[in-house]
Amino acid sequence: MILRPRNAPVTQESISPAQKEFLAAQLLHRRQVSVSRVMLFILFLALWELAAAFSWIDSFIFSSPSRIGRCLWDMALDGSLFVHTGVTLGETVLSFLLVILLGLAAALLLWLFPTLAQILEPCLVMLNSLPKSALAPLLIVWLGSSTRTIVTAAVSVALFGSILTLHTGFCQTDPEKVRLIYSLGGGKKEVLTKVLLPASIPLIISNMKVNIGLCLVGVIIGEFLSSRAGLGYLIIYSSQVFQMNTLVASIIVLCLMSVVLYQGIQWLEKKVSA
Amino acid sequence: MTPKLEIRGLSYSYHSLEGETPALSDISFQVNPGEFLAVIGPSGCGKSTLLSLLCGLAEPEAGTILIDGKPLSQSKDRIGYMLQKDHLFEWRSILSNVSLGLEIRKCLTPKRREELSEMLKAYGLDQFQDKRPSQLSGGMRQRAALIRTLALKPDLLLLDEPFSALDYQTRLSVCDDISSIIRENGKTALLVTHDLSEAVSVADRVIVLTARPGTVKAILPLSFPSDHVLSPMERRNTPEFSGYFHSLWKEMKRNDPETS
Repeated sequence: MILRPRNAPVTQESISPAQKEFLAAQLLHRRQVSVSRVMLFILFLALWELAAAFSWIDSFIFSSPSRIGRCLWDMALDGSLFVHTGVTLGETVLSFLLVILLGLAAALLLWLFPTLAQILEPCLVMLNSLPKSALAPLLIVWLGSSTRTIVTAAVSVALFGSILTLHTGFCQTDPEKVRLIYSLGGGKKEVLTKVLLPASIPLIISNMKVNIGLCLVGVIIGEFLSSRAGLGYLIIYSSQVFQMNTLVASIIVLCLMSVVLYQGIQWLEKKVSA
Repeated sequence: MTPKLEIRGLSYSYHSLEGETPALSDISFQVNPGEFLAVIGPSGCGKSTLLSLLCGLAEPEAGTILIDGKPLSQSKDRIGYMLQKDHLFEWRSILSNVSLGLEIRKCLTPKRREELSEMLKAYGLDQFQDKRPSQLSGGMRQRAALIRTLALKPDLLLLDEPFSALDYQTRLSVCDDISSIIRENGKTALLVTHDLSEAVSVADRVIVLTARPGTVKAILPLSFPSDHVLSPMERRNTPEFSGYFHSLWKEMKRNDPETS
């Protein structure tokens, strides 16, 4: 986290000595935090490496940073790293886009037809609270062992919660703003385009942040159960053949991927709010 | 002379599973063209309900509303409504906020745009037309909201406590601004408020409503003899002001179990 006051007009001559002191202290504090973070990370890696080297831990089970690094390098050289990462990334992005599109469309439909929302509410609540991993075996039987199954699994993990969140948000649109639109001669269509959608952009973005993580969970569950490629497949496969280096390397790549995807949405958020 | 607005035997109730709540019962009054009428009453006397009925957001259960002698449904777009809060949209610039009504009615022609920027200029907002609402003061925001309403060229303005969200000082000056804008343009206005002094300072006549269900308790015409039209602030300094204030206060308290 970087503390940066936005839109703070800083002109050289306007800074008093006390303000200068405050700014210097803030800068020092921020530096201390970032340096400590890096130190902690290095310390952790060093301890792990040492523990493996001096056999305090069994490096066959716990692996070690250098082994993981070598493993990642080998996988990068033979290209398998990019194949598996690419497959997982593709499936995640596809299911994320589907969740956003279907979620928005369904939430809008429920907002447009409140009676429909009342009728369907129990179904949605049930589908949302159902552990979606329980559906996976069913999906394999229905759809076969394919990318389709994995994407469907991922969509099912995120979709229902997304519909409920968006619909609740839509229904909380300020009734006075709706009144304003009606008083200016508009109808439901104008409420939708002039108030509801623009006002819901922060909600939609925060919903995206939740969904990208959930889609990744869904894709990994799907890959665990039925696939020939992807990081989820790699994790399951390497655990079955006891290649702990590959397993931990896959998890690390997965970590990085989730960070990159999340940052992507934050970038989008900044673009939209700018 | 046909009254600008005529209300006859208007009644309205709210319904819920717990029961029926009568809000307005047999209200009748009229507003003449160019007149500034204030409606006051204790909280829950159905003031806001009255405005909702007048701008067609709700259907009356009984009674008729006539505008220039014609039923409300035929002349809905002649009414401008100002709400308690300005409700300027943060995702739009001031210019695009004030043109919202024209945009909705699909009549945002270059000529209308020209008129809008002239209005912004006249009300001292031309410097701010590309700014976001949060960059404006409360008074400026309320003026922008008034321009948004006036842009549709309504004959009859409904004001629903439009100053209540402002702090006291801003409230006095915005009240001055807005009442002079309304008077200069010769608009007919109906102000709903719970603030007695505000009603006395702007209105030509004041209607006092009873507590729920709202009925007309009294109608008090105000006159401030002067060689020119007094602004609300000037009215507050006249000897008549406190006299009217006290008679309204007495009217409000009469037969009221809570305050008498």
